[in-house]
Amino acid sequence: MSEIDPEALQRMMMAQGGAPFFQAVGGQIVESEPGRSLMRLPYSPFIVGNPDTGVVHGGVITGMLDHACGMAVGSQLGALSATPGAMRSIATLDLRIDYMKAAKPDADIFIVGECVKVTRQIVFARGRAYQDEDDTVATATAAFIITDMKS
Amino acid sequence: MELLARAAREGRTLEIAELLEAVPYCAWLGLKGRVDGDSVVLEMPFEQKLIGNPILPAIHGGVIGSLLETAAIVQTIWTTKATRFPKPVDITIDYLRSGRAVTSYAGARLARQGRRVVSVHAQMWQDDENKPIAALRGHFLLAE
Repeated sequence: MSEIDPEALQRMMMAQGGAPFFQAVGGQIVESEPGRSLMRLPYSPFIVGNPDTGVVHGGVITGMLDHACGMAVGSQLGALSATPGAMRSIATLDLRIDYMKAAKPDADIFIVGECVKVTRQIVFARGRAYQDEDDTVATATAAFIITDMKS
Repeated sequence: MELLARAAREGRTLEIAELLEAVPYCAWLGLKGRVDGDSVVLEMPFEQKLIGNPILPAIHGGVIGSLLETAAIVQTIWTTKATRFPKPVDITIDYLRSGRAVTSYAGARLARQGRRVVSVHAQMWQDDENKPIAALRGHFLLAE
């Protein structure tokens, strides 16, 4: 894959970390490198989906997985190196989530995104959410289309 | 504290608005709902915090997923008269069009209702119901 310059990666972390929804739910970027991202979502009462159990809404986990996969893909493409607005250059085509285990209330959720394969037009990514490293909460399979091809 | 079970014991069905207000994340998203025949239609007014891409601007893919999943769950509760919240097993979301900075709507139908699991199809649209911006298929476990 193409090299990405550290400044471009930094800009991308700012752009992804600064997405209003990501910030509003309290998401934090822990690590980012080309093709991989790690995020953390602290527990807060307003992201609860089941008031009987305090379990976080599946949609929040979906959102974090989408975000982590998008960031992994964006960094792999090095798309942001040209202009700060280059996050436009990928769009999610589809996202499949398997909810394997309800997330425990009052505990952080970690989300990893990984870029699996870049083709000329499509990029494939995987994601995983967990609280304990070896106990998966949810997995994601995503496909993105590159919308801003440079010839 | 068991919202749906308590309503059932009181011999009533929870109003959609009551349900959405009782779920913190749905309240945070600003969701409203109405019933049209046997179908529930959810409404999500646009807010700045829903944005994923500030440049376009476009609603975050995770917000789109959240609205679709909520539509699926609320329709499942409504149709099955569930006394516990259905648990998502898996979902697949197709992103069809960019989610613009306007009010969004979503509705769902149960493609199959089994004893333990339901298969649900949901759609989200903005100005034109015939031009969905996203669609979901998913399975949800019904509590016994």
